[in-house]
Amino acid sequence: MRLAVYIAAMALTTYLIRMIPFAFFRRRIRSRFVRSFLYYIPYAVLSAMTIPAIFYSTGSIVTAAAGTAAALILAYFGLPLIAVAAAAAAAVFIAGLFL
Amino acid sequence: MKNSRKQDFFKGIRQGIPIALGYFSVSFGFGIMAVRSGISALAASVISITNVTSAGQAAGVGIIAAGGTLIELILVQITINLRYSLMALSLSQRLDPSFTPAHRLFAAYGITDEIFAVCAAQPVPLTPWYMYGVILISVAGWVAGTATGGAAGEILPASVSSAMGIVLYGMFIAIVVPPARRNRSILVVAVSAAALSTLFWYVFTSVSQGFAVIISSAAAAAAGAVLFPREEGEA
Repeated sequence: MRLAVYIAAMALTTYLIRMIPFAFFRRRIRSRFVRSFLYYIPYAVLSAMTIPAIFYSTGSIVTAAAGTAAALILAYFGLPLIAVAAAAAAAVFIAGLFL
Repeated sequence: MKNSRKQDFFKGIRQGIPIALGYFSVSFGFGIMAVRSGISALAASVISITNVTSAGQAAGVGIIAAGGTLIELILVQITINLRYSLMALSLSQRLDPSFTPAHRLFAAYGITDEIFAVCAAQPVPLTPWYMYGVILISVAGWVAGTATGGAAGEILPASVSSAMGIVLYGMFIAIVVPPARRNRSILVVAVSAAALSTLFWYVFTSVSQGFAVIISSAAAAAAGAVLFPREEGEA
C-alpha cells in the first residue's frame, strides 16, 4: 500500500511538471530573449547531460572515449541517429576487447 | 485527414525506434537495480510506465528502499525533472493547430529528454499523432526493458551491457552535432553548456546532477540568447 502511494505521488509530480507548461501555455512568446532562450535550450540541455557523463557510461573511460569519438565523427558527417548510436556502442564493445 | 494522422503516427513510430532501443538498455539496468532494492519486477514496470524518467525513477526507488518520506520523494522528483518544464515550454511554441487542449493533456505524459530532442529537431509543427507515435514506441521499449531487466537479471554478458550504456549519449551527439556544425551560435551554446557541466562534475561536486544540468543549460542558453538573439521567423 505504501509502495502504491509512493509510486502514485512520484508519477503525479512528474506528470504535473510536464503537463502544466505544455497544456496551459497557449500564447505565442513575444520576447526575443525568451524565444532565443527556448531555441537554444535543447542543444544546451543535451550537451550538459552528455558531457562529461558519457565518459562514465560504460564502466571504462577508455572504451567510452572510443565510443564518443566514433559518435562525434559519424554525427559530423550527418549520419542518422540510429547509425551514430549503434556505432558508439560498437566502438565501445570493440575497444573493450582490447582492454 | 485520417490518412495524415496515420502517416504522422507511423513517422513518429519510425523516428522513435532509436529511442526505444536506447531506453530498453537503460531501463534494463533500472529493472535490475529496482529488484535489488527489494521492489518487484512488476512494481518496477509500473513505475516505468507511470513515470518515464530515468534519473527520477532511479532516485525514487532509492528513496522508497531507504524508507524516505513522501515530501522528500516529491522534492527530488521536482528537482531532477524540472528540466521537463523547460522542454514542455519549448515544445508548446511549436505545436500544430490540431493540438487541442485534450491532446496536450495526453501528450504531456511523454515529454522526456529523448522524445523532446526528436520532437524539437522536427522542421514542421508538431502534430498530436506524431508525438503519440514517438511516445508509444519509446514507452514500450522503456517498460519492456524494465520488465526484462527486473525479471531475468543479468541476461546480457557484461561486455554487451556496458556497451549499451553509451547508446543514448550517442543519440544526443547525433542530434547536437549537425546543427552545431552549420550554425556557430548553436556550437557556442553547446560547448558552453558542456564546459559548465564539466565544471560542476569535477569542481562543484556538492551540486546534484539534476541541478547541475539545469544550471549549466540555462546559463548557456541565456548567454546564447543575449549574444546571438534570434529574429522572428528564423527557423
